[in-house]
Amino acid sequence: MQIQDFFRYTFNGIRAQRLRSFLTALGIAVGIGAVVLLTSLGEGLHHFVLGEFTQFGTNLIAINPGKITTHGVSGALLSNVRPLTIEDSASLKQLPHILDVVSVVQGNGAIEAGTHQRRATIYGVDASAARVWKFGVAAGRFLPDDPPRSARSFVVLGSKVRKELFGNNQALGERIRIGGELFRVIGSMESKGQMLGFDLDDAVYIPAAKAMALFNRESLMEIDLLHSAGSSSSAVAEKVKKALQARHGKEDFTITTQEKMLEILGGVLNTLTIAVGALGGISLLVGGVGILTIMSITVNERTGEIGLLRAMGVERNQILVLFLGEAVILAAIGGLAGLVIGVGGSWLFSLIVPALPAHISWAYVASAELLAAFVGLLAGVLPARRAAGLHPVEALRAE
Amino acid sequence: MISLQHIERVFQVGDEEVHALRDVSMTAAGGEYIAIMGPSGSGKSSLLNILGLLDRPDSGSYELDGVKVSELDEKEQARIRRHKIGFVFQFFHLVPRLTAFDNIALPLMLAGMKQDERQERVTAALAAFGLANRAQHRPDQLSGGQRQRVAIARATIMQPSVILADEPTGNLDRNAGIEVVEILEELNHQGITLIIVTHDPELGKRARRQILMVDGRIEDDR
Ligand SMILES: Nc1ncnc2c1ncn2[C@@H]1O[C@H](COP(=O)(O)OP(=O)(O)O)[C@@H](O)[C@H]1O
Ligand SMILES: [Mg+2]
Repeated sequence: MQIQDFFRYTFNGIRAQRLRSFLTALGIAVGIGAVVLLTSLGEGLHHFVLGEFTQFGTNLIAINPGKITTHGVSGALLSNVRPLTIEDSASLKQLPHILDVVSVVQGNGAIEAGTHQRRATIYGVDASAARVWKFGVAAGRFLPDDPPRSARSFVVLGSKVRKELFGNNQALGERIRIGGELFRVIGSMESKGQMLGFDLDDAVYIPAAKAMALFNRESLMEIDLLHSAGSSSSAVAEKVKKALQARHGKEDFTITTQEKMLEILGGVLNTLTIAVGALGGISLLVGGVGILTIMSITVNERTGEIGLLRAMGVERNQILVLFLGEAVILAAIGGLAGLVIGVGGSWLFSLIVPALPAHISWAYVASAELLAAFVGLLAGVLPARRAAGLHPVEALRAE
Repeated sequence: MISLQHIERVFQVGDEEVHALRDVSMTAAGGEYIAIMGPSGSGKSSLLNILGLLDRPDSGSYELDGVKVSELDEKEQARIRRHKIGFVFQFFHLVPRLTAFDNIALPLMLAGMKQDERQERVTAALAAFGLANRAQHRPDQLSGGQRQRVAIARATIMQPSVILADEPTGNLDRNAGIEVVEILEELNHQGITLIIVTHDPELGKRARRQILMVDGRIEDDR
């Protein structure tokens, strides 16, 4: 049998029962549509969340005091832990592949400018923070590269704080009070937006040593390292650990690489995508049962035809292939319609919720269509085997 | 050349054994015209099914053109059906969703002949059976006689050496029936072996040789 004749014959069978074929294909279409739409949303969420995390760059390593063990954070509470210091920070800067280091202290406090007042997050950081966190300056400049211990009382405002305190007035050069201390405004930042609940715009940035004094702390809360793009995160992290261990005498800190974090996060998000995809897969299963049902009915109705084909010298295997082909084509047509539904739905969703753009992964789309054909194949096996197993004489008598 | 030797066919119905064929032996030369007659349930169809390789005997042997076909496997038997045997049924067995043209072309298509090669052969067959202006009609748009003519055209399109017809006029009125028989007889004139099952004595008499079956046995053969 020529291949085009095979398609003509099976299509003919599908077309002969228009409504029934349409409804059966619709079952698959809904299933595939659901799979494509849900995985697109999952992928969209994936991209969105990873985007949030990578807006600070991907070559970051964070060091926090205390060793996280399986029993939770220890050390921070124990007196024999050496806290992270500005000197630790400076020494790490000397290591190879380390481009920049940011000492971080964070807290809350009242910010006063004339009669205006606002509570905001206060970040004590180094001049390098803007570079390391990929944070743009809107006006003026970021903190200068003063010696850490004798940094001048300068402040850089987050976009929201600037707006709340100064409105449309000039902020550069103004003096403001932070926790009672006077600071001079030397710059304001571009809006960076929320990062998983932290509002980086509703914050001010002052030198780390000043923040330590303000909060009456001896030590840093975090040290962020930026390493060169070519170097491996884990190798650099290992060197950092050795160096800091040598200074502290033991491992009383925790190193988190952005790479590792993204890896874990990516894994979680992938699992999520697959899980919602599987949810769509359930409706695909229902579609598959539809094909099974309709193909069984078709084989029953066409028993006489099967007998005729056998009488004309068609072999059992050929009968099997003919009916399997019909099931697969029916499912594939439904699958294509489902792709249109899913891709169209994702596109529509992106229009309605632009903040969370659905991301159509063509690998998922292609596997969804293959999946549809596979479902057709599986659903077709039983009826097609029954068709092939019919005794020609019995089949001919059926009419 | 057909040769059946000691053919037995037994059906198990519940606890009972129904002997559809008992020790049936017969031979037929190429180009013969045979009518198989007998009362209902006497085994006529069972015999025809064995002759057409649609069914296997429980014992006995069947030789067709020098080949012991009863010993062939299902694949080889299918090949013989495809090339040597044409079937004509009481209920026509046309594929309802296909046109007359496509119904006649079906055996060629299944055998893998290309579309343009089929065209000529099917068109000629349509003309030969007086169906030239019915090519694009579906079975439900044809009369009984026309349907059976399409079925005969289909049965002969592969140029078989034997035509097996089980009550080919059973579902037709008298005139259409005679017309169909005349077509089959014309094919026989051209050299095809023709074996017709019928319980109509009028029709049976037209054959050069009549086999009478009673209770699964060949009662008379002349
Ligand atoms: N598949 C079958 N199962 C059981 N009994 C059958 C079957 N086919 C035929 N028979 C029986 O075999 C006998 C002969 O049947 P058949 O050859 O169809 O007779 P005819 O065609 O002469 O009317 C009948 O008694 C019939 O009931
Ligand atoms: Mg009969």
